[in-house]
Amino acid sequence: MTLPAISVQNLVKRFGTSTVLEAINLTIPAGQVSCLIGPSGSGKSTLLRCLAFLEEASEGMITVNGEALGFFENSRGERERLPLAQIRRVRSQIGMVFQQFNLWPHMTALGNVAEALKTVHKAPKAEAEERALAQLTKVGLANRAGHYPSQLSGGQQQRVAIARALALQPKIMLFDEPTSALDPELTGEVLNVMRDLATEGMTMVVVSHEIGFAATVAQQISFLDQGRILFAGAPGHVFAKPRHPRLEQFLDTYLDRGASMLV
Amino acid sequence: MTFKLFNLLVQASVWTIGISAISIVIGFILALGLSAALLSARKLYRRPAEFFISFFRGVPLLVQLLLIYNLLPFIGLNVPSIVAAIVGMSLCTAAYQAENLRGGFESVPKGFIEAADMAGLSPRQIFMRIKAPIALRLTFPALVNEAIMILKSSSLVSVVGIVEITRMAQDLASSTYMPIEIFSSAAIIYLAICWIVAMTGKYVERSLPGAVK
Ligand SMILES: Nc1ncnc2c1ncn2[C@@H]1O[C@H](COP(=O)(O)OP(=O)(O)O)[C@@H](O)[C@H]1O
Ligand SMILES: [Mg+2]
Repeated sequence: MTLPAISVQNLVKRFGTSTVLEAINLTIPAGQVSCLIGPSGSGKSTLLRCLAFLEEASEGMITVNGEALGFFENSRGERERLPLAQIRRVRSQIGMVFQQFNLWPHMTALGNVAEALKTVHKAPKAEAEERALAQLTKVGLANRAGHYPSQLSGGQQQRVAIARALALQPKIMLFDEPTSALDPELTGEVLNVMRDLATEGMTMVVVSHEIGFAATVAQQISFLDQGRILFAGAPGHVFAKPRHPRLEQFLDTYLDRGASMLV
Repeated sequence: MTFKLFNLLVQASVWTIGISAISIVIGFILALGLSAALLSARKLYRRPAEFFISFFRGVPLLVQLLLIYNLLPFIGLNVPSIVAAIVGMSLCTAAYQAENLRGGFESVPKGFIEAADMAGLSPRQIFMRIKAPIALRLTFPALVNEAIMILKSSSLVSVVGIVEITRMAQDLASSTYMPIEIFSSAAIIYLAICWIVAMTGKYVERSLPGAVK
């Protein structure tokens, strides 16, 4: 068994007094697509944000390619925060794509993709832009390099956001409902980019209501409900009838075109 | 109303524009520091800034100007009245601009910061490359507005003896007995200056990179 890309043990996340995630155990295998599905408010975003260390888990451990993320257990068995430099290093293996794209509005598509190459990786401007352009080419947007986010469609913006994350050569890509903010006719172009990425063997964790995508691309599906992973497994297994009543209920609510063929 | 009289008003507008422009710039620089203090997690920084702002927003500019004009010589600073005028106007506009900037920084969407954080930018880089440029864009219309307010408020510095548009108009009105013509002319000159500032502001706003046209 090879090292998992991400391993989550007994993760708990509380906001104040409300517990949003409870006893989460999750293994994300390297080179595979894992989907998180579940009703709205079940804690999918919070879990993904914990994996990105945008939120700090209240309890539990997360390891990324074998290295502790954020916290580790010291010799006395206590949970201890890691030094910032270490956190940054482990985190640099992770790329994140947000529901709202979050492209920086004052930079062009090329500027967005090249920014961290220049400021963080100190690449010379020409080299950074060359690499950024290569990423934009990959998502089919080389001809939009000089456009500002306000001049791009939602689908194009999300593809730029994917290129921006990929430019930093992450080992793992996290997607939080990458197509939920898009008009239905624009979801395809984003899902296609994600499919290509999966084919290349990128480790991906995808929160999505695109059941069709989950069923056809993911190797593993975890169903979250009220802060817990109710069950997980291969799509054929998870979607096989008879289904868990909560999943049945969820599918009734979020049924999309892809899923209708499947169900 | 002769061309000569009108010309005197136009010449006086150099003072109006000069004092306003200098005050806006000094006020902006002060406001950067003040807004940083306002956004600080520490009360030690926040409280004095909040006090400064409530004072300068709560006391009429006219009273501030008279106070500063009389206070500076009292504490042994014999400065020309132009300095008193600029100090008063700068402090006042700093208070308003600081509130604008604070609002701007607070309205930078959290997601932009998180994206920068995920890209590995340091807190300093996030401030310089993402937060500050976006906040400045968000506050730019308010800044133009403030510039126009200051241009109009600059008429108050006539009380400390500076012969800007309003003071010149008063002097001319009493010596020529043509108050209506003189004050109408003054109004037109103010209007023209403010219009140019507003138009320039709109133009700059539209040409900022990434602006929604
Ligand atoms: N920053 C926060 N503070 C307090 N509660 C939060 C915060 N973020 C999320 N929550 C709560 O956590 C729960 C799970 O939210 P979320 O992870 O966004 O769910 P999902 O992505 O599955 O819709 C919700 O009840 C939400 O209100
Ligand atoms: Mg969510």
